[in-house]
Amino acid sequence: MPLAHPDTQAPMPLPQATYRGGSGIGMSDRDIDNRQHWFEQRLSPLLDRLYGCALRLTRDPDDAEDIVAEAVGKAWSRLGELRDPQCFDGWLLHILNNVFISEWRRRQCRPQRPATAEDPSPDELDSSTFTLFQQLHQPFLLWWGSLEEQFFNSLLHEDIQQAIDALPDPFRVTMVLVEVQGYSYSEAAHLLGIPLGTVRSRLSRARALLQKTLWEQAGDAGVRPDDGGTGRQRP
Amino acid sequence: MSARPLDCEEVIERLFEYLDRELDERQIADIEHHLARCRDCFTRAQFETRLRARVSAAGTVTAPPRLHQRIRQLLDRFNDGEANTHH
Ligand SMILES: [Zn+2]
Repeated sequence: MPLAHPDTQAPMPLPQATYRGGSGIGMSDRDIDNRQHWFEQRLSPLLDRLYGCALRLTRDPDDAEDIVAEAVGKAWSRLGELRDPQCFDGWLLHILNNVFISEWRRRQCRPQRPATAEDPSPDELDSSTFTLFQQLHQPFLLWWGSLEEQFFNSLLHEDIQQAIDALPDPFRVTMVLVEVQGYSYSEAAHLLGIPLGTVRSRLSRARALLQKTLWEQAGDAGVRPDDGGTGRQRP
Repeated sequence: MSARPLDCEEVIERLFEYLDRELDERQIADIEHHLARCRDCFTRAQFETRLRARVSAAGTVTAPPRLHQRIRQLLDRFNDGEANTHH
């Protein structure tokens, strides 16, 4: 995904027909209408993505709506800074991530709320080498047929969402930036203000934990053969 | 390609960096050379790619009508604000 970082370079103007000049001074009503129309046209197909990413980051529908609204407001007021109109999607998502991260940091600074530990609990350590692939491809299970196929067929959108939401904050946020949104490790490190090595270690733990949760969910759904393979009926 | 071909362990170790597009051209070529010849690693790479696509899709959720309405009001306010400033 092409990312446009709003603060780094001189703004590139939007197409002449929709936007003239950075300050907006001297814009006619028609210019304003065009500019708003341009903004809406691009925002509308992006809203589910913005909301989805916000929801994965915050885990709370109300908070997610708040940060989407704040990001949209910021994007509108900083539209003149958008260098390449083609990068609108990445630019707006980037603003949304920044809105979330500022709020997240602010909340972490509150003394009454315990900071999320970076050190893994013994249980997490246990999970740090877990891979779903190995579980689904154990040699003695081959008689079972394609367990992997069965796993993917029964894997619901909500299962993944729940598994992501269950990750501890720092792991979840890093994973959402890299795996869900496609940021590079160094971009994620820059956004979060953490070293590159921390991004790598958080990602690796996040993946192992996520896969372990999905494996446990698969057991609940009756996909795993050691659960008798009765298979809970899934929609 | 490197002088020495990668073994399975080395490929699996770098698999996520490969999928995350964090490797340079030469490292990518080394991994792909191995994947084209090793069924086990290829199957693993396919699995992780598939799972990853599902994880990425979790970042798209139908925005509730309430949010659409809120954005609508916000956009209308932008328009009023601009109009008032420049009239
Ligand atoms: Zn191999």
